[in-house]
Amino acid sequence: MKPRAPLPLLAIFGIPAAIALVTAAGLVTALLDDGLVDALSWAALSVPVLAAAWSWRNRER
Amino acid sequence: MTNRTIRAWTLIHKWTSLICTVFMLLLCLTGLPLIFHDEIEALTAEHTLPPMPAETPLKSLDEAVATALATYPGERPLFLSFDEDRPVVNVTTGPGARPPVSQMHISAIDLRSTRILADLNDDKGFMHVMLRLHVDMFAGLPGELFLGFMGFLLFVATLSGVVIYAPFMRKLSFGTVRAGRSRRLKWLDLHNMLGIVTLMWVVVVGLTGVINTLSVPLVAYWRSNELAAMIAPYAGKPVPERFASVDAAVRTAMEAAPGMRPQFIAFPGVRFSSNHHYAVWLKGATPATNRILTPALIDAETGAFTDMRSMPWYMLALRLSQPLHFGDYGGLPMKILWAVLDVLTIVILGSGLYLWVARRRTAQDHAAAAPGLRSAVGDAAE
Repeated sequence: MKPRAPLPLLAIFGIPAAIALVTAAGLVTALLDDGLVDALSWAALSVPVLAAAWSWRNRER
Repeated sequence: MTNRTIRAWTLIHKWTSLICTVFMLLLCLTGLPLIFHDEIEALTAEHTLPPMPAETPLKSLDEAVATALATYPGERPLFLSFDEDRPVVNVTTGPGARPPVSQMHISAIDLRSTRILADLNDDKGFMHVMLRLHVDMFAGLPGELFLGFMGFLLFVATLSGVVIYAPFMRKLSFGTVRAGRSRRLKWLDLHNMLGIVTLMWVVVVGLTGVINTLSVPLVAYWRSNELAAMIAPYAGKPVPERFASVDAAVRTAMEAAPGMRPQFIAFPGVRFSSNHHYAVWLKGATPATNRILTPALIDAETGAFTDMRSMPWYMLALRLSQPLHFGDYGGLPMKILWAVLDVLTIVILGSGLYLWVARRRTAQDHAAAAPGLRSAVGDAAE
């Protein structure tokens, strides 16, 4: 879906900002402890990778 | 944003990227095997300890140092570090107090027998070449600082990329990849999408890389300020002729800091100690504190405790920049994610280069961009 009216900045940067925050949280948590926290960090760092994979899967052909 | 502003940011993005891209490609490519250096080295090196009875008493650190010195006669001890999970110490020796790395010898010594398990003086292997290309391109400190500056340019390129992401996406929803029209448009969308999703990782790994390139000046600054204050009464004293016991120095340091364990010992005269002291670098016992090192200074002539101070903020930043840059603090899955993000970064760099070349070659694809965006995209895609 391509919106017609120009998007406000919040709409443009909302998802990217969320991905950036999750990435940052993933980078920091693994520093604090081992074990369960490491798994949280793997999940968080998967988010940018999955977002890229999702965008590629849904590309306009 | 006015078209003028967009144009200015576009120029910043274009030139900072163009200058650093070749070096960033080099860093991403050499960094890829370095992420897995532990695993790769485990494949090639002998890592199993020879079997010995479980309760074999450990020899002293002094005996381990003596073994290393007997192997490299005429050299002096520089560092002694402890392996995490096995009774092995790594003793570094060299011809002087601060020789170039190429003249140092590192011996991994089994503390149960003081036998040398391996010398870690790999200065020709594939991984060593990757490391040197990654750290300083075989150009020493100037090379290191140069790559640090390139990392700073990458940071500016990333920020300016975020700014000009907005005009591109004014009429596109997040993650749009228009792969069915022109090749250039497909790579433009991929460049924007990959750039924005990897943003935080690229910024953190980039900036911590920059901090790591400042290691030599930062340590020199610490040595001439903090360390100098700690050892003020010893100012001007030469390196002692004979050193007191290393074991006793470690015991004294651990008594002064209950609950902490030694990570490594810097001998008198080296970069991480004074001319007159053993610096016993202690780490905390919990996962959150074991990355934070505190040096305890022990008089290397008398074995007396001199001082212990926690590190200033810039040394903590330097210390924390290592795991955040290497990605070695969350097991193998984290390393794999690090590698995937590294490859995505290579795609961003490569597509950026392609877009610059394609833009120079032809301007006809502009019309394929979303209607109404022509001026902004035309400017921003430059």
